[in-house]
Amino acid sequence: MLNSRSGNKRLDRRIILDRSIKIVFSFSVFIALGILTILLSSIIIQSIGWLDWQFLTSNLSINAQRAGIKGVITGTLLMMVILAPVTLILGVATAIFLEEYVRKGWFHSIVKINISNLSAVPSVIFGLLGLTIFSRLLGLGSSILAGALTMSLLILPIVVVSAQEAIKAVPGFLREASYAMGATKWTTIRKVVLPSALPGILTGSILGLSRAIGETAPLIVIGIPALILKMPQSIMDNFTALPVQIYYWTLDSVLVREYANLAAATIVVLLTMLLTLNVSAIILRSKFQRRY
Amino acid sequence: MIVRTTKKLKYAADRGILVLLSAAALISIVTSVGIVLTLVFDASKFFQVVGFREIFSTKLAPLAKEPSFGFLPLITGTLITSLIAMLVAVPIGVTAAIYMSEFAGDRIRKIVKPMMELLAGIPTIVYGFFAYSTVTPFLIKLIPGLNAKNMLSPGIVMGIMIVPIVASLSEDAMNSVPASLREGSLALGSTDLETALKVVFPAATSGIVASVVLGLSRAVGETMIVAIAAGSSKNFTLDVTAPLQTMTAYIVEFTSGDAGSGTTGYYSLYAVGLILFVFTLLMNLAAQYISKRFREEY
Repeated sequence: MLNSRSGNKRLDRRIILDRSIKIVFSFSVFIALGILTILLSSIIIQSIGWLDWQFLTSNLSINAQRAGIKGVITGTLLMMVILAPVTLILGVATAIFLEEYVRKGWFHSIVKINISNLSAVPSVIFGLLGLTIFSRLLGLGSSILAGALTMSLLILPIVVVSAQEAIKAVPGFLREASYAMGATKWTTIRKVVLPSALPGILTGSILGLSRAIGETAPLIVIGIPALILKMPQSIMDNFTALPVQIYYWTLDSVLVREYANLAAATIVVLLTMLLTLNVSAIILRSKFQRRY
Repeated sequence: MIVRTTKKLKYAADRGILVLLSAAALISIVTSVGIVLTLVFDASKFFQVVGFREIFSTKLAPLAKEPSFGFLPLITGTLITSLIAMLVAVPIGVTAAIYMSEFAGDRIRKIVKPMMELLAGIPTIVYGFFAYSTVTPFLIKLIPGLNAKNMLSPGIVMGIMIVPIVASLSEDAMNSVPASLREGSLALGSTDLETALKVVFPAATSGIVASVVLGLSRAVGETMIVAIAAGSSKNFTLDVTAPLQTMTAYIVEFTSGDAGSGTTGYYSLYAVGLILFVFTLLMNLAAQYISKRFREEY
């Protein structure tokens, strides 16, 4: 450690500069975290008095006092029920293909470049894709199925990349041991590679799903209407989801002030869902992760 | 005999699985091709009706009786809000990254990292609500002339949203600078700050620049914050206290309204989408190129 009182003026100046800039830079971190605190507390304050049992169990209504988000939560959950298996199967299959079957070659590199670019395409563009292909071409309209398929394409890159990482982390000697016992490649993947990569795959998929739960733009673009009073019954029904409802309530808070409180209460529900998912991902990772 | 047939079956199954797996891998390629085709196909219908000169005009009135499609207001709205976002995100993000990677102890890092991840995991609609219901009213107290919908507030909030992206990618870049360089610098009598700014930072420049370009591309493609807080005004302006719609917000507003399929207005969505797609794709390719081409190898 340099002594701050060295008697050398030039050196003293450098040391003082060093210490003060360190403090200035640390402010940047605290600004970011301070804003996080302000954001969360301002939303929680606005939701106080509005987030109650009645709010969670009633249907939507124009009347702010009577409005509830039972149908909205149902919409989000139903979308997840389709979204999760579709994305998981497609994502893991792509990852197995990339990691176990074609390690090198033009097809491998095309798929890889393609996935890294797809993950950077703005979500609103995926909305336009969903609108054209699923809603109009396949005639799915703004149904739960159309929303789930659009979201599935959006989060596919996240799931593929994390599944790839998990499969890569499975040590080679496990595979070799399986081959030595006479197992075919597919048997090895199914019985050896996938089970030991599963925690990593699930962690990544949960993070992908939580992205889908909070994503708004694609759902609005495929045409989810502003107010749906009916509960969704099947996957072909129109629906609304938590972020979409937040959007419409925020926009309409110009007309009815209380809608801002409803939006804040819905945000608290949304963030609670995301937090639960993320915590379960962390627990999953720490509990089941094997080290070799 | 029996053994051999089961073996054959096994190998056949192996090959069948390979077909299924490659089909799944193809889906991601089909998605990209699908995006490009839908955008180009429907945008071309728009360009058949609307000439290039009209697109670069400042008059945007898609639903008027005599509609006009100048995209300059949208492009300006996108650029101004993104620029404000970068003015917030780059200084905070890069200095936070330097602090985390070079100065902070393990204890602080262990607390701050998960909180940064939390910040990155908040849905953008939540930031939009925050911009509109908290930041804008606060800014109106400071700047009396500020509109309820304006470019300043969503720009600032978008910058905060991007801080974790810039910070974590820049930090990764600085962490990958070998310790021997730092040790060499410190051994010559440099302070921590001089080491960080004159040794580590230059060595990590490519990664830091790439993180900034990626952050910018996120800002350009960001939708919900600007759709809520920047308003849907299509009047061309450079005034940050005034409302102006962005490209992304235009797509959201138009689809959530009653855009009849087959009208020029409907196809204008795809034209705007195409411009947006090209913008962000170019920036991502640039980020990839920068981090590869200018990386210092040790």
